[in-house]
Order: sequence, then C-alpha cells, then structure tokens
Amino acid sequence: MLKKLVLGAAALAVAGSMMHVPTASAEDTLFVPSLSYRTGPFAGGGIPIANGFADYFAMLNERDGGIGGARVIVEECETGYNAQKGVECYEATKGKGALVYNPYSTGITLQLVPKAPVDQIPVLSMGYGLSAAAIGEKFPWTFNYPASYWSQMTSILDYIDQNGGIKGKKIGFIYLDVGYGKEPIPLLEKLAPKLGFEWVGFPVGVKEMQNQSATWLNVRKERPDWMIMWGWGAMNPTAVKEAAKIRFPMDKFIGNWWAGAHADLDSVGETGKGYLSSNFSGVGTDFPALQDVMKYVVDAGKSQAEKDDVGNVLYNRGLFNAVIIAEAIRAAQAETGKKAITGADMRLGLEKFDLSEARLKEIGLEGFTAPIKASCADHEGAGAIFIQQWDGSNWNRISDLIPPNTEVVKPLLEEAAEKYVSEQTGWQTQTCG
Amino acid sequence: MFYREAGQFKTTYAADSAHFPIFQDKAFIWLYLAIGFIAVPLFADDFFLGAIMIPFLVFTLAAMGLNILTGFTGQISLGSGAFMGVGAYACYKMTLAFPEVNIILLIFLSGFFSAAVGVFFGLPSLRIKGFYLVVTTLAAQFFLEWAFIRIPWLYNYNDSGAIEVPQREAFGIIVTGANASPVTQYLVCLAIVVVMTWIASNIISGRIGRSWMMIRDMDIAAELMGVRPLYAKLSSFAVSSFYCGVAGAMMVFLWLGAAEVESFDYNHSFEILFMVILGGLGSLLGCFLGAAIIWILPVIIRAVLPPTVDFITPFTINSAQADLVSDIIIGTMIVVFLIMEPLGLARLWAIVKQKLRVWPFPY
Repeated sequence: MLKKLVLGAAALAVAGSMMHVPTASAEDTLFVPSLSYRTGPFAGGGIPIANGFADYFAMLNERDGGIGGARVIVEECETGYNAQKGVECYEATKGKGALVYNPYSTGITLQLVPKAPVDQIPVLSMGYGLSAAAIGEKFPWTFNYPASYWSQMTSILDYIDQNGGIKGKKIGFIYLDVGYGKEPIPLLEKLAPKLGFEWVGFPVGVKEMQNQSATWLNVRKERPDWMIMWGWGAMNPTAVKEAAKIRFPMDKFIGNWWAGAHADLDSVGETGKGYLSSNFSGVGTDFPALQDVMKYVVDAGKSQAEKDDVGNVLYNRGLFNAVIIAEAIRAAQAETGKKAITGADMRLGLEKFDLSEARLKEIGLEGFTAPIKASCADHEGAGAIFIQQWDGSNWNRISDLIPPNTEVVKPLLEEAAEKYVSEQTGWQTQTCG
Repeated sequence: MFYREAGQFKTTYAADSAHFPIFQDKAFIWLYLAIGFIAVPLFADDFFLGAIMIPFLVFTLAAMGLNILTGFTGQISLGSGAFMGVGAYACYKMTLAFPEVNIILLIFLSGFFSAAVGVFFGLPSLRIKGFYLVVTTLAAQFFLEWAFIRIPWLYNYNDSGAIEVPQREAFGIIVTGANASPVTQYLVCLAIVVVMTWIASNIISGRIGRSWMMIRDMDIAAELMGVRPLYAKLSSFAVSSFYCGVAGAMMVFLWLGAAEVESFDYNHSFEILFMVILGGLGSLLGCFLGAAIIWILPVIIRAVLPPTVDFITPFTINSAQADLVSDIIIGTMIVVFLIMEPLGLARLWAIVKQKLRVWPFPY
C-alpha cells in the first residue's frame, strides 16, 4: 500500500513537473535572482534587504502587472553571506535566464565579476563590492550605483568640513579589519595632506567585533575630533556603546552606509542618541511608492516583512536596489523593443536608465535619493549621499545631499581598475563614445 | 559484494600486496574512473559540475590531507583551513610572478609551501599530544588568518584585500578564470585527485605509512621498535599539509575564482574534520564518502526541497528555510552516525561488503 502511494506520488510529481514548465514560460517573464542571507551571522542586515527587494517587485506585479507587461519573478537563494554558497546559488540560478545579480557580499561579488562577461549577466553591487568597477570602460558588466566607498568617504569628509571645518582636525577611522574596512585608507592617506587633517586608524578584527574596549581606550588616548566608522553587523552597536562609555560626542561620530541601520541602533537605543551615519536611500514610509508596497504587498499578507520593519534603513535600501533594476529593465525594454529581455539587454539598460528628479517623482520616490544618470563610462553614477542622525528610536535625515569629490576619487578608481585589468589576460573592455 | 575471491590465486608478492587484489574490485575501480572521466563530463550541466562535483573533489583532497594526519598518524589538527589558504596564496603569488608557467604545475608546487608551513606548526607535536596539539594547530589557524589579512604582499596589494584568479592556461587550454569551461576544470580536479589518491595509498601502505600508524597506535612502542617520532610525525604533517595546500589552490583556482580570508577560516577546518570523522578515520575511501555527505547532501537538499514541498504539500518553504533544514539533517546525521558507527561510513561500507560476501548465509 505504502509502496503504491509513494510510486503514485512520484509519478504524479514527474507528470506534474512536465506539464508545469511550458505554461510558466509561455508568458513573458523577467527572472531576477536574489542572493539573500536570512541565516548566519549577518542575517540581521540580510533579512530587511531581501524583504525590501522582493516587496518592490511584488508591488509592481500586483499594481502594474509587472514591468512593461512582463511579470517579474524573484527567486531567492540563501547564501548565508558565505562565498561558497554564493557560487552554488549562481550556478543554480544562472540557467533560468537571470537578468542581473545582486550578491550583497563583497566576497561573492569578486567571484562574479569575472564571470559576468562570460555568462552575459551583469552584476549590480549597490554600494559594496569592487570600487574600481565604477570605471565602465574597464568593467562593462559590473555596476555599483549609486556611489563607491571612496566617493562616500569624500562626502563624509565634506560633511565634516561643512560642520566646523576639517583643517587641523584629527579624525579617527575605526574599521572592520578586512578588505572592506581597509578600502578607504588609500583615500585618507591621499586627502589628509591635501585638506590638512590628521587621521588615526583603529582596526577591529572580525573576532573582536563585540569586544572593542581596548580599541576605544586607544581612541580616548588619541583624542580625535571626529570618528568615522566602516563597520558591519555586530561591530556597529558595540562601537556606539563603547563610544558612549568613553563619552565621545555622538554627533561627531559618523558611520558609513552599512553602519547606520535600525538593526544596528535598536539595541543601543537612547545611549546612541546623536550618532550620525551616511545613507543614500530614504528612511520611512512617507513615499507614495512605499505606500503602494504597504497597500498591495504588506497589508495583503504577501510580504515576509513585519509591518513595522517596512521603511527602515535596510528595507528601503533593498527596495532602492529593486528600483534601479526596474528602471534598468524599462530602459532595456525601450531600447530593444522586447518584453522579455536577456542579460545582455539588461546590461544596456543599466547603462541607459535615467533616474532624474522628475522620474523619481513619477515612480513615487520624490526626495528618496539623489538622481542617478546611468552612462557607459561611469558605472557608479557619482550619486550623492546624505547624513542621518539617530534620535534614540529612529533615524532622521539631517543634511542635504552631499555630492562626492569626483576629482579626487576618479584617478584613484582608474588606477585601481587599471591594476585589476592588468592582472587579467584577455579581459574584455569597452570604449564609450 | 556478490562476488568472492574464490579461485583467484596470488603467485607473486606484488600480486599479494596489490591495492585491489581481487579482479572484480579492479573492474569496479576502472568502471568508476570511466564514469568520472567520460560519463560525467558528457552528461553533467554547469550546476552539477560547478556546485557539486568540483567542490566535492576539492574537499575530498582536503579531507585526505587531514586524514593522513589524524586518521593515520593520530595527530589531531584544526589548522587544515589555514593550510589550504597557504596553498591558495602561494599559487596566486607564483602565477603572478610566472604567468607563463603551466597552472597545474603551480597548483602542485603550492603544496610544498603549505607543507613547509605545516612542518613548522607541526613541531610542537613532538612534545605534546591530544587536546594540547589541537590548541597549537588552532593557533596556526588564527596566525595564518591574521597573516592573510595583514600582509598585503600576499594579496598583491589589492584594494579588495582578496585574491582574484587570473586567466591561466595549461597545455594551451584555458584552465582558470571565468573563460575556462567547467568541464575542463572538473577534469583537471579529477585528474589531480586520482593521482594524489594513488600516491597517498602507496605512501600509506609503504614503510612511511606504516611508521605513521605505529606512532598512532602506540608511540612509545613504535619508538622502541626503531621508528623515529621526529621523522614520522613531521613527515605526516608535511604530507598532510601538502594535500591541504593543493586542495586550497584547487579551491580558489578551479572553483571559487576569488577568495577572501573567510574562505579559509576555522569553520572550514571544522568542516573538513567532520568529513574525516564521518567518512572514517584512517580510510581513503572514507575521505570520498565524508566529503560527499557533508558537501553534496546539503546542496541536494537545498536544490530539491523547496520545489518538492511546493509541489507535494500546500505549503511553500523558502531557500533560507531549506538551508536550515539541511543544517538540521546534517547535524542529526553526524550525531546518529557517531553513536551507531563511530568508525564512519567507510567502516559501514566494509561491514556491508562482508555481509554481502557471505550472503545468504550469516556465517
């Protein structure tokens, strides 16, 4: 009896899967894989990002029936922030017509950058990954809108300059002691003599993320005027708590855009009041697009997100990532005249879309972020950032958009791109007219 | 098996000490090799090669390295992840310095660097045993991770702090980099693993291997019988680290394509140790079985579970939940296996073989 049941189920499964496939591919669809991490040590950041990403596309499907008449299929693949599972996810999803990859991990991005031109699927690493990918002529298949880490650092330094001047000041730079955290150091070295400030580095090892008392003892000894932080995960709340312990003025402590989420500061609460961080995606749900997400997806019970989490920093970042992809898909559809585009078309779209003020208003995200104009040569879009402040329970935007100092950043990026390409043989570049 | 050795007489010493003394065993090995070298490349897709077979071969080799040290010599090590890293970074530096040299040769050569590092960190094993040795090898793990972050020369001063594999050729065929076909990379991996398994099996059944096993079983007795612990232990560390180093170079060059320090962290050391324990301490077959269980099974669960649940039941599960389910299953399996068969899958296989040999009579 049991045997028959099992055999029957198996036969059904086989028959069903055979019938299932053709119907799904009959209509035009757009397949967007989402490499997410809802498990593992960084899940606290990974969950809101994955939710925001999925919910925006779900909203477009519900409200508009997809993009340009083609429904968007988002398939999540769990990477656990682990580079090896990242490769597995890539291999498992690339054959399904993936349009673009958003690895959300620098390690996975680095693995995918060389694969992108071969498999003809672009990589969009939004605000992480390889900074040098901003040079579109050297990296035709990789994008890091809206800004690279180096651009962000110049904006932060600019903010310091606007608030009491930077000349003669001492700036402490506390960073996660891995490639990501060390990336801005060449820029600081270059800018320090130019802008006339002094800087001290405070590395925090991955294993000391939650044990920074020694580091902050050194901070107290060095007495910096400002602190800048390149942190991630458990490092951020620990640093803010330790800063409070040595009575470092919170409004002189700026985190980068991965060190300023609700997930980081919720556990700190009142203690972290006044702490600053940079950001490029708006906070809160007071945008028509987010209201639509609430209406069509979250309230309809189609989201994995809790209602309270919608609109928090990382949710909105994941959503903004989806917005860029949606805009690029539209541009690609307009360019090729096709509904269902390919990865190669998507690459064109990522070089063609124009997220202007007017367009932002049209899609219901006025004031959400700085306008981005995509181009062939510039794959970071030189997007501006703003500074937000923690009021003890929420983030509030306190500054205007601060554009990066492209004059300084550009040569550095070009140098880095040149170095990357010189190590490769047969690397595919492009010339931008 | 359904075959017996009846009627197969050995007339020379060489025949008696052969790896596979029975004709049928030999035939099966050739069959497996034919499947590996011919059938798999013909029928497999990129996912099967890139996400299942290549990592399986890489981890098999790493497990073999650790098994030589832990299973055959009785020295427990938690530094295998870092020794893999030494191989990977050595291979990276060498191929940047000598881009023209055949990359397969460099992958082999990088094993010598990690062998040297392994011997250095193996020195304490002459004085300490057991848990104390675990601690010193763990120190090697942390020190080497630190070195991979703090010595920028190792990653060629890349801003990303990672090693990025350039495109390299062997015999005129592109083997590494994104343009290499997965089939080529798989065949290179398989060839390396087959050759190194053959070498390992010869070392183990020879004089050196027997001196390792004597040290493992009782070091004082071994010393009294003329085995020099210095040579036996350090040669074991050297060979073990050599294997791990080659596995590390293979991991980055033939599989991942780029690696940060996290690819060599202590979690990997543990993962490899689980493979060895689950597969079977002191068994080369166990390395293959252990790597298959620890690596391939979760991949299959993650790939198959969500669509199956989706289809059979009214529920859906997402990829994160599938990942957790696979963790639970693997964890449970480790516990159950350790209780039911502490000698691992290899021993289980041997029991099955023995039972089948006398089947249908129990004795």
